[in-house]
Amino acid sequence: MKYLCLVYVEEKILHALPSAQRQTISDESMAYCDRLQKLGQLVTASPLHPVDTATTVRVRDGKTSTIDGPFAETKEQLGGFLLLDVPDLNDAIRIAAQFPAARIGSVEVRPMKEQGCA
Amino acid sequence: MSENQSQQVRTLVDEVYRTQSRQVLATLIRLLGDFDAAEEALHEAFAVAVEQWAREGVPANPRAWLVSTGRFKAIDGMRRRARFDASLPDLAHHLEITTDPVLDEGEDAVEDDRLRLIFTCCHPALSPESQVSMTLREVCGLTTDEIARAFLTKPTTIAQRIVRAKGKIRDARIPYEVPSETDFPDRLDAVLRVVYLVFNEGYSASSGDSLTRHDLSGEAIRLGRVLVGLLPEAEVLGLLALMLLQDSRRAARTSPTGDLILLEQQDRSLWNRDQIAEGTALVERALATRQVGPYTIQAVIAAVHADAPEAALTDWAQIVGLYDVLLQAESSPVVELNRAVAVAMRDGPLAGLALVDVILSRGDLTNYHLAHSARADLCRRLGRTVESKASYERALALTQQEPERRFLEGRLRELG
Repeated sequence: MKYLCLVYVEEKILHALPSAQRQTISDESMAYCDRLQKLGQLVTASPLHPVDTATTVRVRDGKTSTIDGPFAETKEQLGGFLLLDVPDLNDAIRIAAQFPAARIGSVEVRPMKEQGCA
Repeated sequence: MSENQSQQVRTLVDEVYRTQSRQVLATLIRLLGDFDAAEEALHEAFAVAVEQWAREGVPANPRAWLVSTGRFKAIDGMRRRARFDASLPDLAHHLEITTDPVLDEGEDAVEDDRLRLIFTCCHPALSPESQVSMTLREVCGLTTDEIARAFLTKPTTIAQRIVRAKGKIRDARIPYEVPSETDFPDRLDAVLRVVYLVFNEGYSASSGDSLTRHDLSGEAIRLGRVLVGLLPEAEVLGLLALMLLQDSRRAARTSPTGDLILLEQQDRSLWNRDQIAEGTALVERALATRQVGPYTIQAVIAAVHADAPEAALTDWAQIVGLYDVLLQAESSPVVELNRAVAVAMRDGPLAGLALVDVILSRGDLTNYHLAHSARADLCRRLGRTVESKASYERALALTQQEPERRFLEGRLRELG
């Protein structure tokens, strides 16, 4: 059985922390991930860039709309995820737009930070 | 070197900055892969130019010289910083071996870089406000202060918008490229939308000091010309034509006291004939492509107005027909409203009023002041004073524009 764990943090609170404390959290997270991976309990993990960098993709009537910002509506629930490895945002948008769910829901495209531990 | 000579060099450097700095920047962004690094390199290159051109004379190709100097400075800077950051020597080395020999690049490469910059600034993954700010800052070279003045916001707001946009371009990896064939039509639409938005911000000068805001129209027209030079596609021609034809009426649109003058009452001798001639020629070029889109159709409508020596001689039948075509290309309630007004001019106010009431009853334009002022005007022509006053008052309550407000108040006074 695979589980996707989604980590929610209020960015404002995170950014307000002293940098030493942020570093501690980051180091602890990495170490924890390493441990889980050695145990065979973790497939992959990665921090994301802040929500500022999000793009939301929808397709309606065959037309792709690309909007700056995260997916903001609350009536739809997170239904799954794809972890892409492509050269740039244009490729990510193109792939997201072809995913069937983009025609009925929305796909939020978030760039991952390079320093993932998995 | 005499004081006079160094002054001459400085004037020349200023001139090169004005005409070429955006092209140099566009190429540096590609070579360095980063907006901020490219901007820093651009300024360093110009600083070196002031010194070196005075000493050694102006190079044969100042633009290529600036690109090459800027790139060298950036690599040099990375090397110096590399002493403190282990990842930078690799990057500096990488830049040295992977970038093309700049001096050999021809006009095509320079034009491609300008297009890359325009398409990146107008990328739909950036917010619409960021697209406008980035385009004015990076493509047109306006300062954040100038952009803030034009949009009546604080320079810090614009600066934050630009910082955020650059952050997103970097972190989400928005590529610095001209879109692929599949994406091209949509992406070009996005660029044209930004240009027309900038134009309209200046043209309608919806509030505040209209004089500084008018510069935006000029900027949009300049941008339109650059685009026509780079991509002479039907709608690119159509948009420039539309902007020129609308702008040609600028002097006739407002009275010396800043009051609004409607098309019907404008002194047509004040219309700018050069802009009309250029706009009309562009319309013809656009029509010849046989790929007519909404901007071109609107430009044709503007050209029909420009063609009428006086308001009474306007070919309203043709204008109604063009609005029909426009509605097919791009259906919108505002276009429907404009068509209704044209029908009123062709068939009389009663016919127009019936159409306006249908549009208003659908509720699409309930809060659009021009729908109510159009209705008010048609009622006024029909002698329905009470209805007319009610609609003018509705329009007055909705408008944000000072000249518009004065105009509506004037109409209300006339109705007694």
